[in-house]
Amino acid sequence: MPSIENWILDLWIIATASLVAASCAMVGVFLILRRQALMGDAISHSVLLGIVLAYLLAGTNTLWVMLTGAVIIGLLTAWLSESLHKLSRLQSDASIGIVFTLFFSIGVILVSLYTGHIDLDQECVLYGEIAFVPFDTVIWGDMETGTDLGPRAFWLILIVFTLVALSIAIGFERLKTVTFHPSLAVSLGINITFWHYFLMTLVSMTTVASFDAVGAILVVALLIIPASSAYLLATSLKRMLWLAIAYSQGSVWIGYALSYWLDSSIAASIAVSAGALLALTLMVIQIRKWIQQQHYAKQLQSGESA
Amino acid sequence: MQGFEVYSDASLWQQTLEQLALFWSFEDVNATWVLVGSLLLGMSASVIGAFAFLRKRSLLGDALAHAALPGVMMAFLLSGSRDAEVIFGGALLSSLLGFWIIDWLPKNTKIKPDAALAITLSFMFALGLMLLSLIQSTDMPNKSGLDKLLFGQAAAITSEDIQLLVYVTSAVLITVILFFDKFRLIAFNRLYAQTLGVSVRFYEFLLALMIVLSVVVGLQLVGVVLMAAILLTPIAAARFWSHQLSYLLLLAGIFGALSASIGAQISYIAPAMPTGPWIVVSLSLVFFISFLVAPQNGLIKRYLDYRRLRHRVAQENILRTLHKLLERNHFKRNDFTVAQITALRNIQIQTLKQTLKQLQKQGLVRELGGGFALSEAGLRRAIELTRRHRLWESYLSQHADLTSEQVHQQAEHMEHILNQEHEEQIVAELMQRLSDPHGQPIPPKNTLEEQ
Repeated sequence: MPSIENWILDLWIIATASLVAASCAMVGVFLILRRQALMGDAISHSVLLGIVLAYLLAGTNTLWVMLTGAVIIGLLTAWLSESLHKLSRLQSDASIGIVFTLFFSIGVILVSLYTGHIDLDQECVLYGEIAFVPFDTVIWGDMETGTDLGPRAFWLILIVFTLVALSIAIGFERLKTVTFHPSLAVSLGINITFWHYFLMTLVSMTTVASFDAVGAILVVALLIIPASSAYLLATSLKRMLWLAIAYSQGSVWIGYALSYWLDSSIAASIAVSAGALLALTLMVIQIRKWIQQQHYAKQLQSGESA
Repeated sequence: MQGFEVYSDASLWQQTLEQLALFWSFEDVNATWVLVGSLLLGMSASVIGAFAFLRKRSLLGDALAHAALPGVMMAFLLSGSRDAEVIFGGALLSSLLGFWIIDWLPKNTKIKPDAALAITLSFMFALGLMLLSLIQSTDMPNKSGLDKLLFGQAAAITSEDIQLLVYVTSAVLITVILFFDKFRLIAFNRLYAQTLGVSVRFYEFLLALMIVLSVVVGLQLVGVVLMAAILLTPIAAARFWSHQLSYLLLLAGIFGALSASIGAQISYIAPAMPTGPWIVVSLSLVFFISFLVAPQNGLIKRYLDYRRLRHRVAQENILRTLHKLLERNHFKRNDFTVAQITALRNIQIQTLKQTLKQLQKQGLVRELGGGFALSEAGLRRAIELTRRHRLWESYLSQHADLTSEQVHQQAEHMEHILNQEHEEQIVAELMQRLSDPHGQPIPPKNTLEEQ
């Protein structure tokens, strides 16, 4: 029998997952449009190293420590891949690949070396542990008597979600120009490098906030797949952002139901549902294309016979 | 698992060394096989990865490795066995499916190639993890250890796995040797290969199949997540050392084999350690060392070259300035102060003094009283430079329709680069012009001797 308490747990999980998916979708839109999908992949991997290092150096896992560590490593990944690309004349995807595999490896090695000391293990690097999110709560005031404010991961992603939404709302016109007309942006005196690294900061923050919930690798699915579905349908940047958010929320609901039904990992199920929604969209588009072709062919035939 | 403190224990160090000695004594048959397997895998993956790199598809291997995961899980879920062949078959099928998706999406939809790669990678991986979590919630026998595929664990490899590994990697290496010419042709010039009537599609598919095979067979050892690095990093490192494809492949193979065996050893000493990350760390080390010290394309060498060039340019600029001053004074006096030089050429005092010192050391400039004068050798060199500068100006104004100010800027750069041969060619083109577009005389070749 599902009791009230279980309902509340489910609610926290779904709320966290929704915010994670929505933030990822918004950032993902820009990654897709700027053809930096692979940079998103790279940063989401390297962030692991940032989290582990921040934890080992600072000794705590407070929100701000984690965020700072992840943002620093995320920006370092972006900067290193770019300088490697320029200095060594490697293709840019090759230099991205070299940097992020190294960072991720060091992260995994540190995790397995200090398994006893950090509450991180190889499992949660992969899946996250969204099912346990409600149990790690923020307590206001004294440990014993303070009020329970709800899950830590929820507050972290809420902060990041607000930051991402605000930056996109405020910088909308700038981001649009930089994304669609980079050379126009340069001639208008917009600092393209700043906006590039600004976007990378958003990606890093979103990834680290999603880390608790979905792990390092499944974030990529949430970053790229809903935004790609939206890309197929959208006609303007604004509409693409809304569509991506809609797709991401759909994935969360379907995925949660799926995991409940199959008793599978929640995070993986959400990512799989995102993929399934993309496949469905593609199918509809292909079928419509096909019907249209048939239609034209018929018109052509009737035109010939007339 | 072992923490850091345990390692600092002296007796454990000794134990580690003993383990290593045991590893290299080849007494433990399993360890020897793991070593052979990792060497072969490192070699074949790096060699085949080199072709992916040259076709500018460096991260294809990453996506294909991730795409193998759902196949592995599905195969296990359906058959309930963990035989090497079953797992291999499942991985192969889903990896090929992944390859097809990556190929299909950008061709038939708006989705761009990089997004297609990321979509396939993350979706297939999520599917694999979902199946894995399903398997772990069931009570199927021998389900433990499937998650070792994610980061690889050399210590958990069975002899059956190794056999398969040896077969497949040998097949890959032999295929590359057999079709080396065709692969090379397609890698460097796909269009040309097509016009020659080579069946490009067939060979591209063969290459993709080889990539998939190496990726899939390496999962046990390197793991899904980091397979990308073993395909990509060795060739990227090798590229700093040579430009010739056969050397590149050889080097990449050696780098790959070396790192894979290091990873296997660490995994043998500390069985809880994932193998993949250690392989990647040692590969990256090789990469960064190559990047820094490679004799032709290394960063240090290129920096030194750059500095040498900058010094030479600065020196030559001073020589030219001294010559110009000489000209303005109608060759009447030959000692000029620092102030006179800086009035004519925009240069920092500090740099100027340093450069003058260098020139003195080379005997091109002498210090006279408070000023500096060109020596005979210096004058010769300065005339040569001036001659080239003015020749180039004349050439540009005659052939490229540039204004006199524009030609001066160009010539400022070219005077340092032109050599004897170029000079003669320009002279032949210009047919005995005596002055540059600014009306200044072009000094003839043997001015000094005539004077």
